[in-house]
Amino acid sequence: MDLTLRVWRQAGPKAAGDFKTYHVEDVSRDASFLEMLDQVNEALNAQGEEPIAFDHDCREGICGMCGVMINGTPHGPQRGTATCQLHMRKFSDGDMITVEPWRAAAFPVLRDLVVDRSPFDRIIESGGYITAPTGSAPDANLIPVPKDAVDSAFDAAACIGCGACVAACPNSAANLFTAAKIAHLNLLPQGQAERWNRTVAMVETMEEWFGSCTNHGECETACPQEISIDFIAWMNADYVRAQFKNPSKTGRDNL
Amino acid sequence: MSYTISDSTMDDALDAKVPDGPIQEKWDNHRFSIRLVNPANKRKYKIIVIGTGLAGASAAATLGELGYEVQVFTYHDSARRAHSIAAQGGINAAKNYPNDGDSIFRLFYDTVKGGDFRSREANVYRLAQVSNEIIDQATAQGVPFARDYGGLLDNRSFGGAQVSRTFYARGQTGQQLLLGAYQALARQVGSGQVQLHNRIEMLDVVVKEGRAVGVVVRDLITGEITSHSAHAVVLATGGYTNVYFLSTNAMACNVTAAWRAHHKGAYFADPCFTQIHPTCIPASDEHQSKLTLMSESLRNDGRIWVPKDREDARAPNDIPEDDRDYYLERQYPAFGNLVPRDVAARAAMRVIDSERGIGPLENGVYLDFKNSIDRLGEGTIEERYGNLFEMYERITDEDPYSVPMRIYPAPHYTMGGVWVDYNLQTTIPGLYALGEANFSDHGANRLGASALMQGLADGYFVLPYTIGDYLADWLNTEPVPTDDPAFTRAEADIADRTKRFLDIGGTRSVDWFHRELGKIMIEQCGISRSREGLEKALGEIPALEQEFWNDLRVLGDDMSVNQSLERAGRVADFFELAQLMCRDALDREESCGGHFRIEHQTEEGEAKRDDENFSFVSAWEWSGEGEAQHLHKEALAFEYVKPTQRSYK
Ligand SMILES: Cc1cc2nc3c(=O)[nH]c(=O)nc-3n(C[C@H](O)[C@H](O)[C@H](O)COP(=O)(O)OP(=O)(O)OC[C@H]3O[C@@H](n4cnc5c(N)ncnc54)[C@H](O)[C@@H]3O)c2cc1C
Ligand code: FES
Repeated sequence: MDLTLRVWRQAGPKAAGDFKTYHVEDVSRDASFLEMLDQVNEALNAQGEEPIAFDHDCREGICGMCGVMINGTPHGPQRGTATCQLHMRKFSDGDMITVEPWRAAAFPVLRDLVVDRSPFDRIIESGGYITAPTGSAPDANLIPVPKDAVDSAFDAAACIGCGACVAACPNSAANLFTAAKIAHLNLLPQGQAERWNRTVAMVETMEEWFGSCTNHGECETACPQEISIDFIAWMNADYVRAQFKNPSKTGRDNL
Repeated sequence: MSYTISDSTMDDALDAKVPDGPIQEKWDNHRFSIRLVNPANKRKYKIIVIGTGLAGASAAATLGELGYEVQVFTYHDSARRAHSIAAQGGINAAKNYPNDGDSIFRLFYDTVKGGDFRSREANVYRLAQVSNEIIDQATAQGVPFARDYGGLLDNRSFGGAQVSRTFYARGQTGQQLLLGAYQALARQVGSGQVQLHNRIEMLDVVVKEGRAVGVVVRDLITGEITSHSAHAVVLATGGYTNVYFLSTNAMACNVTAAWRAHHKGAYFADPCFTQIHPTCIPASDEHQSKLTLMSESLRNDGRIWVPKDREDARAPNDIPEDDRDYYLERQYPAFGNLVPRDVAARAAMRVIDSERGIGPLENGVYLDFKNSIDRLGEGTIEERYGNLFEMYERITDEDPYSVPMRIYPAPHYTMGGVWVDYNLQTTIPGLYALGEANFSDHGANRLGASALMQGLADGYFVLPYTIGDYLADWLNTEPVPTDDPAFTRAEADIADRTKRFLDIGGTRSVDWFHRELGKIMIEQCGISRSREGLEKALGEIPALEQEFWNDLRVLGDDMSVNQSLERAGRVADFFELAQLMCRDALDREESCGGHFRIEHQTEEGEAKRDDENFSFVSAWEWSGEGEAQHLHKEALAFEYVKPTQRSYK
């Protein structure tokens, strides 16, 4: 198929960017979206124009490195699918496709389609872990964990940290990302000791960097792992409870 | 071009430092006899860790917890992105929770046998010993391993084993284990104990007076080249499978860190031991950029077959049982679809070579779930493999619940790597190698679910002990300052090399060269190798390499994000590595594990080892630009698992 691409080109973090139009011919229906971009880059390089910079690595939808706005939608038209797993058969011959980087104040553009997502790491560093220094763990089967609890924790833990939720949100909020990690850890028995402090620390770090959630729900639609916004409600509830009477002092979930 | 066998002898200088005593006691004795650094002194040491995959993140987190001052570098934008994240199937441990006869000794035995008797027994035994602690550690961190309805941990079986010892987290085990290690690392970063540098690529190890004293790195955003010094350097930089271009590895995986260390004196071991994974989605066209793995765990519930008649053009579901050849079950009745990877991959290759391959390009075999779905229900299959089935459907546009998957072998893992002793120290004192970057534990073939185990064993439980013994010598010394000529020279070399790529001004892209190199490698040094083919490759690769240095086109500059420039450096190193792989494969006049020389096979077409002449680790020493590397041999002794012809019949 033949396509017309409008791609955001920006030489560096401080440079002004704009859209450039490229015509691409002979794209295979079986190619992935990123393979299509590879093809464009081959052609650009041959013509003496610098290739488009974009982030990617696993190309299997799991590392969270890829992600661009495709016609205004994070990761493009297929639900539950990261950019690298989107295939060209979802487009038609003659389509015009607009490709942009994530747009969010917390994710500045580094070049072309590449953005800096390091504030996500700041949120995790503030409390997105269970303290278990190497060597200190008891036998893994000492604490049975109900299967349902693990399954829910897993649904949240599946987050790949790509940033699509932030890109989708009109307020550039990171609530889905933060809630997913809080839920993963807070749902498990191992995560209880730090539950309340974790929630407060992570929510507050999130607020330093990102906008506020006003329940648009765009994040859930954009999420390649289809993580549910119910986790946000859950995080909010934990946050309120942690504020209201700091249960970490009692070590008990006694509210 | 003709080639003579490298001249070398067993090498006494290559001391693996395996502790004395019965194998069960070696690790304990060793931990007792090596020197420790007392807690108050740990903060006086600086350690650099390169890489934040399972091996690097677990090591950096643990070293930080112990009180060392740690600097970590990764070329990824976040520590969470390392290639380890993509591991699907699971991680082994000798817990014996299912009570099916597993033990540390059995895991050890299976791994040595699975590796076709080309690994170091003492290392493998230690790996089996610490395997159980890994599961405890990961569970404590909140890794959501699969559980049964009683809330206890569930296990599955994996290729090459007759017990269920594989712990898993849906089809995303690597993701969840890496997130566990990443979060432990993040805790250290948050507390300031560990400093993490993202989007920074290490381009050289700095060696002074025979020991590693630091690294030189390049900032991938600004292009800035800087030096960092430390008392010890740890490489956890992953494997080199992308030398084949098309592989299951993440696009950025490369050999550069290991290769730069090799130039500086680290021996490179068993480079020809690479693994072709039997179950990947077949390539569909020219533009394909990578191959996608379908986890080996699928072989638990899927049956592999091809039509008996090569002319059979019917859709798979229309082919009756009698007209199907379940060739693994037929050839290997004891293990059936669960034979080790090398055996399964070669069996698939034989089928395809005999023109019985299926699919549009006749480059696949069927992996069929119909029987399991009938027996267990679609729900159970979905629970076990749902995300893999979805991934398959997204890529191929076919529904594996109703149509058998098409699969094909693809390059996947490298058993070879930087040579290390029992302490995981390379031949450069103060330089350590962990995870897939080292060669140590898998011999000539890695069993499924053992790489995650090894990476985490190295990082959580081995290196943090063994490094103390080296550090003890350097108490109250300052790291070498970064204005030392050793550093400034290395910086200048890197700046020159970077400029050189930009100045070639040729016509072809980096990817073009990489793809061409990959074609030679898969053809001649892939699933099967021959003297003739390897010699041919050793003629073709230098010619292509020459062309690379004359005709490469890298546009842009070195002061901003330049992804072609990043790849140019990696591909340049792949060219050198590829030649060493071919030489190693030529030298090894036997077949073992993933190394299959067509000249050395049994009548049934199985790998034929030559223990008398090749029971050694080949360890190659860099001899300078333009010179052939020198071969050293570490003799392998098997006291506990007697080498036999592997049989999975
Ligand atoms: C698709 C797939 C599925 C797999 N499934 C399984 C499985 O089910 N079970 C199993 O046991 N194994 C599996 N494996 C193998 C296993 O995932 C890997 O062997 C293992 O994760 C490697 O971990 P590592 O920490 O050694 O390296 P990696 O995870 O590759 O990490 C390398 C790190 O080094 C950094 N790095 C590298 N070079 C540089 C440099 N020059 N400068 C700065 N940083 C650098 C990278 O940024 C990265 O952080 C699978 C592999 C693949 C490809
Ligand atoms: S490249 Fe890894 S998720 Fe897309």
